[in-house]
Amino acid sequence: MSLVISQLINGLQSGSIYALVALGYSMVYGIIMLLNFAHGDIIMVGAYVAWLAMVHLALSPILAIILAIIACTLLGVIIEKVAYTPLRSSPRLSLLITAIGISFLLENLAQLIFKADAKRVPPLITGPSINIAGQYVDFTAIITIVVSVISMILLTFLVRKTKMGKAMRAVSEDMVTAQLMGINLNSTISFTFAVGSALAGIGSILYCCTYPQASPTMGSMLGLKAFVAAVLGGIGSLPGAMIGGFCIGLAEAFVSAVGLSVWKDGVVFAILIIVLIFKPTGILGKVINEKV
Amino acid sequence: MKKFLSIALILVLIIGCFAACGDKNTTGDPDSEESKPPVDDTASDETIKVAIIGCHTGQNAQYGLGVLNGAQLYIDQINASGGINGKQIKVIAYDNKSDNQEAINAFNRAVDEGITALIGDVISANTIAVVGEAYPLNMPMITPSATAAAVTYDDETDTVYSNVFRTCFIDPFQGEKMANYANEKLGAKTAAIIYETGNDYAVGVKDAFIETCKKLGIEIVDEEGYATGDVDFMSQLTTINSKNPDVVFCPNYYQDNGLIITQARKAGIKATFIGSDGMNGVKGYASAADLEGTVYCSGYAPGVTEAVKAFDEAYAAKFKTEPNMFAATAYDAAMVLCNALQIAEEAGLKTGSDEYKQAVIDAIRDKSADLECITSSGYTFDERNNPVKNAFIMKLVGGDEVYVETY
Repeated sequence: MSLVISQLINGLQSGSIYALVALGYSMVYGIIMLLNFAHGDIIMVGAYVAWLAMVHLALSPILAIILAIIACTLLGVIIEKVAYTPLRSSPRLSLLITAIGISFLLENLAQLIFKADAKRVPPLITGPSINIAGQYVDFTAIITIVVSVISMILLTFLVRKTKMGKAMRAVSEDMVTAQLMGINLNSTISFTFAVGSALAGIGSILYCCTYPQASPTMGSMLGLKAFVAAVLGGIGSLPGAMIGGFCIGLAEAFVSAVGLSVWKDGVVFAILIIVLIFKPTGILGKVINEKV
Repeated sequence: MKKFLSIALILVLIIGCFAACGDKNTTGDPDSEESKPPVDDTASDETIKVAIIGCHTGQNAQYGLGVLNGAQLYIDQINASGGINGKQIKVIAYDNKSDNQEAINAFNRAVDEGITALIGDVISANTIAVVGEAYPLNMPMITPSATAAAVTYDDETDTVYSNVFRTCFIDPFQGEKMANYANEKLGAKTAAIIYETGNDYAVGVKDAFIETCKKLGIEIVDEEGYATGDVDFMSQLTTINSKNPDVVFCPNYYQDNGLIITQARKAGIKATFIGSDGMNGVKGYASAADLEGTVYCSGYAPGVTEAVKAFDEAYAAKFKTEPNMFAATAYDAAMVLCNALQIAEEAGLKTGSDEYKQAVIDAIRDKSADLECITSSGYTFDERNNPVKNAFIMKLVGGDEVYVETY
């Protein structure tokens, strides 16, 4: 029984990170219909910033965490301004290809600057194991799950209850009309990227707590799996992204627990294929009728 | 418009020329005097040409450069002390970029330039590719780092490549060593394994480990795999923890092992971790507390003897970096080869002739036992040209990898 609980927690822990990253995917997709494939690489940059701050600048973990989140946020906004804004009226395919290009750019830049081998990120968050119902659970696992749930709640509040959130929803509904209603399109989209990238920053910190290595390609697989999570939950839906993330994490843990760990990635992508065939809108996604 | 077109075409041609030149420069190694036309026979009587081919750029550059530097260091020392029979050894170094086709091209080019022997290649796959070319030529060849069994022995035709030797130990050997060590020195009764399934090295070591464990009566309580590139091992480690093994065997590379050991401690595993030489370097990838007590076998231990200390210092002085295992086995490979060349030279054979090559091969096989090498006290080879040597047992103590014993 305790084994089952441990495996559940393993799944929830990795699922939380997928969920945070998937939230960023979903938000950006919701607002400009762009699959931001550079999102995973923002996490990679966050991990390197945390590593730089801790190892080379000898800053405290708290400062390193803040710095990493700020760096991710800025990077997200810069990418949006430099790469996506000029293409806003172009076909969506051009945007998608640009996103893939940015992803390669970031990965190769990191490889050029930091070399290909992984860097060890010192422990960012440490604490004692916690006893839950007679089962010792690692502190970082608890933190990871709690932080991602809180982030999700805050984000829902932001989107549902604030003025900026209202603007975001309006823009995602109809960009042109929103503009006519006096909503500043540029700042709303930038804000969405900033929030999404800040979540990626938080994701990178939680990632480094559990898997304490920064490497140039660490973001690609993580980003892809988070993408699957976003699709599974219904891309564009925030609670959907969260549910999708946890499902993917639990599916991976389950597959590994029954001794098929080698099939882990295969199962995740099989889920993507099945969702796309049978329910392309995902668990919580809305059916969008193409306007003719 | 026509003017524009012609200018554009000229530009393209010029750029093309530059690109072609650039290409030529990158094929050879910047350290060597390269791009020389094939040298005629009169010149090859005065120098002995030895090729060092390996991956000097790209992902595996760390291995390839270690080999290049280690071998170069010994050859420089020999040249400084007057060479072999008064002849200087000339190194022809080529980068194979970890690519099989590049490796074959580099080898053929080196043959055209009149080499008498080859130190290389570095990666098993490249080496196997080059062996296919070198065996028909009976070219003496020592690889300091290719550990796959197929480098010296073809399973299908049951052929031993008599011209190919190595100074590193092969994958199965490490699995056997560590199973014996776990049994004899760690008193292990049960063992679990976590390994990278897509990695021939990890699989080879693991299979030998399991086989030896069966013979010794160590029970394998769990065998977990993971795919290349995985970073999350919590689920597998939770399963391993529930089986409570005495030792956990990780025949993987150091970055993965660092993640595995960190997560294993979180999953509650208290067992001792043991590994193969891929563990070398793990100290940078997990905390000292998590790693404490981890043991692995290595082909090289820094500073164990006076000769090794001298090597370490000379290497550090020349290349401004610490030698790795590949540099050490390459130094040994160069020593074994130079000794064999010396014997062939003294026999008065014509440098580079067929008899000469055969003499070098015979000398490597039969006359290397008394050499004072870095990673082994002399080399003897078994019936498949694999070296018979001891392993160095290294242990993680206080965050450092320290030499424990020769086992």
